[in-house]
Order: sequence, then structure tokens, then C-alpha cells
Amino acid sequence: MNNDKIGRFALAVVAHLALLLAWYLFVKLGNVPKFVMPSPGATLDALLQPNYDWWTNITVTGTEIFAGYFLALVIGVALALIFSWSRALEAFFMPLLVSLNMIPKVALGPLIIVWFKYGVFPNSLMAFSICVFPILLTTARGLREVEPELLDLVKSLKGSRWQLFTKIQLPGALPYIFSGMKVAAILAVAGAIVGEFLGSDKGLGYLMLQVQVTLDTPAMFMAVILITLIGVLLYGMVLLLERLLVVKDARVE
Amino acid sequence: MKGGMMAAPFIHLAGVRKIYRRGRQEQLAISDATFDVMPGELVSLVGPSGCGKSTLLKILAGLHAHDGGEVQLGSPEHPFDPSRDIGMVFQAPLLLKWRRILENVLLPAEILGLPAAASRERARDLLALVGLAGQEDKYPYELSGGMQQRAAIARALVHDPKLVLMDEPFGALDALTREKMNLELLRIWKESGKTIVFVTHGISEAVFLGTRVVVLTAGPARMADNFEINLPRPRTLDLKTQEVFGEYTRRIYKLLGME
Repeated sequence: MNNDKIGRFALAVVAHLALLLAWYLFVKLGNVPKFVMPSPGATLDALLQPNYDWWTNITVTGTEIFAGYFLALVIGVALALIFSWSRALEAFFMPLLVSLNMIPKVALGPLIIVWFKYGVFPNSLMAFSICVFPILLTTARGLREVEPELLDLVKSLKGSRWQLFTKIQLPGALPYIFSGMKVAAILAVAGAIVGEFLGSDKGLGYLMLQVQVTLDTPAMFMAVILITLIGVLLYGMVLLLERLLVVKDARVE
Repeated sequence: MKGGMMAAPFIHLAGVRKIYRRGRQEQLAISDATFDVMPGELVSLVGPSGCGKSTLLKILAGLHAHDGGEVQLGSPEHPFDPSRDIGMVFQAPLLLKWRRILENVLLPAEILGLPAAASRERARDLLALVGLAGQEDKYPYELSGGMQQRAAIARALVHDPKLVLMDEPFGALDALTREKMNLELLRIWKESGKTIVFVTHGISEAVFLGTRVVVLTAGPARMADNFEINLPRPRTLDLKTQEVFGEYTRRIYKLLGME
């Protein structure tokens, strides 16, 4: 069992290294020009360019992603809780939210800029708007999924609404919340970057647009890699938290 | 438990009716359920699915109101507290996946706000009683279906209720495990001294376990019979091969129109 896990992990590492090698060989043997596709080494070299201000751009994009994501988590879970408490509110707002969810969030970008100018806040809003729905919907579903017989069990003991909520509903919904959080983690990154493309003066997405003009492809590659790494960091944190809070058997894949 | 005519029954049902209403349609779920259960009895409610067995159980649990007749729980010697004298076991174990077995057993004690240390002690004893000593810290998924159902039985007993309601508790188990759990239930019943109402559609299970069998028929749902099972105790699987046992099961088959 444990050996199997180590084996799988080793294979995963090998697969990633193999991709790097293939990338290297493709560029090297194919004599691909640097502005089309830089080698791994040239991509890494882009980090040495001090005028790209990598660290500031990383922190700006990272802030947008994490702030938008955290806001979506708080508001998504809170709304789902309110809906689980009041059927009337749910019946009124849920269909409305489902309709609003049909709006392509990217289309909101220009409006957000009109309303909030550009910068970290509107880009966080962009990330928020794109990832609040999956968290809200999965949490609401998780809170609804209580076995009717467990409900009977609590009722037969004259348990309170609050006891039902804290002892059964909320812990039961946790796996669903995490499955929504995982989907949202990927979306949050996309949201922040789209926001930066549409209007910003800092961040990795903004940097990509700048270096596109000068055809500095290695820097664009590097920016994509860094954006991905921020996403991996967020996703990894969610997985870790899930591992700590949710019993193995209860996890929703 | 054979207190004769003098002792007061623990459960007294007389002419209990239940009607389900869906819009303008009315469906009679139970018509005239009349029977008594003495303290410490294990009564089997047997009948085809949809005959109102579970509905009757929910009325006893105080989860459903009844539309007519009399439902009386408790007696002067055995007063009944509706908020803490009911233990329930369902067809599925319904253990909470995120709680260890001991914590699962403790759920009713937590809901009732019973003293924690004493409840833990009792939960451990009950787990030993149902044959799960040493499994306290496992998660439900680490146990087989039969073992999970044992934990569910311990959970139904942890707050020391006077009445345990079981709704086809072994219906999802394989035949061999089911026979084994029948024997286990008789042992647990004897050691705990609880009054048990056991709903099943297994005719031989009903006869094997019950001090009394109440037979319900479907469409329209009604009570067909209610009789005592005079078979020796402790009951062993060997009993099932004997003629008297067969007479009881035949009687039920006949009532259900299957002979």
C-alpha cells in the first residue's frame, strides 16, 4: 500500500521531468527560434531581468488570487448557510443567482474597470465573481444532503435545529465544500489573470502584455509558469486542509 | 415478560389510524392497529413492504402524528419520557463517516446533553456488549456492514432508552450475517432488558426473534393478527428446523395470502 504510493509519486515526478526534457530536446534539436519557443534554460534566465520586477508582480497577482478566492469562500459558504436556514430566501434568491451565474464573468471585466478603475481590488473582484458560484452551489448541496433517517434520529431525541446543524449538516457538507473549493481554486487564477489582461498596471498578466510587444517570449513563458505555480500553491493548500479536516472515506472526488 | 393480565402494558395501541394526504388524495396507511406490548418484550412487526410497518414505528417514535385511535407509551411502573426513551436502528447503519465508532455511539448522549465521562464509559461497555471491543477508534468505513450495524445498535442503547425501535435493521445484510445478527440481537436484548419493536419483512426472522408477532397486510393496510410465540429460550438456529417453528411461519404465510 505504502510502496504503491511511493511508486505513484515517483512516476509523477518522472513524468514532469520527462516533459521538461522533451521541451529541451524539441527546442535544441529542432533549432526553434527563441522568440517562438525558448529553451527551459532561456526561460529561467528571464528571471534575471531586473526591470521586469518579478517579485512585485508575483505578489500583486498572488494577492488578487488569494483575496478574491478567500472572499468567495466566505461569501459563498455564508450564503449557502443562510439558504439552508431559510427556505423562503433560498426559493427567492437561488434561481436569481443561477441566472446571474450564466453571465460570462469575463464580459463583466470592462464594467468592473468602469466602476472600480484598475488595480488589485477590481482584479480580486474578477477572481471572486468567477469562483463564488461553485463554492455556493456545492456547499448548498452538501447542506441539503442529510439522510432523512438521521433527521428522524435527531428528532426522536428532540434535538434542536442547531444540534442538527453542528453535529450532522455542517460536518456532512464539508466534503462538498472542499470539492467546490478545488474547482474554485483553478477558476480564481483564471479570473485574476483575465482581470489583468483587461486593465491593470501591475501583475504577471500585465507583464505578459508588456513583453509581448517586445517579443520577449522567455519572459512570457516564465510568467505563465509563475502563474501556474501560484495556482498550484493555492490548490495544494486546499488539498492539505481537506486532508486535515475530512476523513478519507468522506471525501468527494 | 409474561406478567399475565395484571401487569400494565408498556405500549398500548387501540384502533390507531393513519392517513397520508397528498393534495386531495387520501391514502390509508394504517387502519385499526390494536395491540399491547409488555415491558421487556421483543415484538416483531411483519408484513410486505408498503403495509405501514415503518409508519407505525414512526408513530411510536413520536415522529408522525396519528389520525385516530389511542397510542399510549409507558406504564406507572415504567414511566416513559418521549425525549429520551427512544432508541432507533434503521436498515442502513447511518453512522457519521467523519466520526470514530466511539464518537458515533455517543451521538444521542451528546444531543441529550448527558454527562460526557459517564457516557463514554457506557459507550465502551455497549461496544463490548455488541462485540466491537477494540474497534472504538476506527472509522465506519473500516468496518464491515454487519459491524457497522452493531455499532448502530450500541448507538441506540447509549442513552439507556426504555424502548428500542428497529426498522428492518438486518435487511441489507447477507443471509449468513443476518442469522448471526439475529442471535446477537437476542443476546443483547436479554442482557439489556429493553423493550424492542422489530420491523421486518422476513417471516422466519419475525418468528425466531419475537415474543409476539404482529402481522400487517397491505392494500388496504390493516392489522391481520397478533399472537404470542411460545418457543423455548434461549433460541438457537436449530429451532428453525422444528415443526412448531414451521407452524408459526405457515400461519403468517397464510395470513399474507401466500399459501
